[in-house]
Amino acid sequence: MIKKSRSTIFKLAPFISLITVFLIWLILSEGGVIADYMLPSPIAVVKAFIADFDTLMKQASVTLTEALYGLCTGIALAFFISILMDRFEFLYKAFYPILVITQTIPTIAIAPLLVLWLGFSMAPKIALVVITTFFPITISLLDGFKSADKDAINLIRSMGGGKLQIFHYIKLPSALPHFFSGLKVSASYAIVGAVISEWLGGFEGLGVYMTRVKKAYAFDKMFAVIIFVSVLSLVLMAIINLVKNLSMPYMKIEEQNKN
Amino acid sequence: MEILRTENINKSFDDRKIIKDISIHLKQNELVSLLGVSGCGKSTLFNIISGLYVPDCGKVFLNGEDITGKPGNISYMLQKDLLLPYYTVLDNVCLSLVIKKGMNKKKARETASPLFKTFGLDGVQDKYPSQLSGGMRQRAALLRTYLASNEVALLDEPFSALDTITKDEIHEWYLDVMQKIKLSTLFVTHDIDEAILLSDRIYIMSKNPGVITDEIVIERQKPRSNDFMLTNEFIEYKKRIISSLK
Repeated sequence: MIKKSRSTIFKLAPFISLITVFLIWLILSEGGVIADYMLPSPIAVVKAFIADFDTLMKQASVTLTEALYGLCTGIALAFFISILMDRFEFLYKAFYPILVITQTIPTIAIAPLLVLWLGFSMAPKIALVVITTFFPITISLLDGFKSADKDAINLIRSMGGGKLQIFHYIKLPSALPHFFSGLKVSASYAIVGAVISEWLGGFEGLGVYMTRVKKAYAFDKMFAVIIFVSVLSLVLMAIINLVKNLSMPYMKIEEQNKN
Repeated sequence: MEILRTENINKSFDDRKIIKDISIHLKQNELVSLLGVSGCGKSTLFNIISGLYVPDCGKVFLNGEDITGKPGNISYMLQKDLLLPYYTVLDNVCLSLVIKKGMNKKKARETASPLFKTFGLDGVQDKYPSQLSGGMRQRAALLRTYLASNEVALLDEPFSALDTITKDEIHEWYLDVMQKIKLSTLFVTHDIDEAILLSDRIYIMSKNPGVITDEIVIERQKPRSNDFMLTNEFIEYKKRIISSLK
């Protein structure tokens, strides 16, 4: 009994903390402790969200398109590069440092360059999302391939299996859990990356909308769009979690066994 | 009839001779043990017989055909069960049929399913390896090895990670299963009791470098049971083995 009620509390904990933060925000702004133009009240934010709902949805579809195109390209590129790097040791040695260096360049610094090179269309946004997302996925895939059990690889060899079969039966499934943890990180990067690139030049999207409402000092709308962007990221991560659970049913069973 | 033979196998790593002039043979449906202390090169010999390593000199023949350095002819099983955690037990067992014998998944499942009962694994087909006990996992690994084997299976200390009681159980089970299926087996172990209990013949291997020092035939009729271990006959074999291991 005690154990059960404890686990319920554990499950409720995140909701309780979220509601507490929300209440503090409500009291601070509605009670007049912080001025309206600095921190709009949550009620005003919700109202702004409802009033601008159609615009937000329209802009979101643009941003999401960029993010998803970028993420899918990033995934494809990550698979391509990591498979090659895993297959040929010298490629691994040669390109690993370059991969790391690309990650030390701040996104915000290359975004204007991309606009310069690719124009104001969707292309520079997608390019930026690709650059930010492919790295975590590539690294996690490489780690995953390397984590494959040598004895299991020998087992496939002893059955007469070649490189392709080793990849199919051992390397790819061993890399899958790593892949999904990389993908989760990348998914949030994808949306944030798309928004940032829209800030720096474009005609459509949540980032463009964000700069407009900022210039109009419409902070309630600003907050509405910020929260909306993080909700979009969360939804994307939840979808990835769902795909993960569907593609690796054994993981769930292993976790249950541990408990 | 002789099914597997090695001729003067030698292998060195970094100028250190690991095994020297190993010539052994295995007859049809025979269980032959290779008994030796840790580090005598048993596993190296195993990898050579399975084709994963190429010997410095010497040859491996399966049914008279030279299979030296050619993997895929002989199936093997290790102390680690190597059941892949992401496949069900059935699909793990089918793996060899798909890879080695080129069956499609459906055909492989149909071939493997009836054997689950024989191997005492009925009802676990759709479970994942993590849901099985240590003994069950080794049985599943043995079933996979059996399905992969054309005729010969190499077992490298397959039961040595199990606790004593589970080990006794699995020996009893193993002797029972071997009555039902036909499998010529080369069995590596460092457990003297296990070797006497299960084998038709035992090769004794010494180390530095690994050479075959003795060959002992266990005359006891099969089927045997664990009771064999309590007889004087058993103790005589054990004495002889201990003295030749020295």
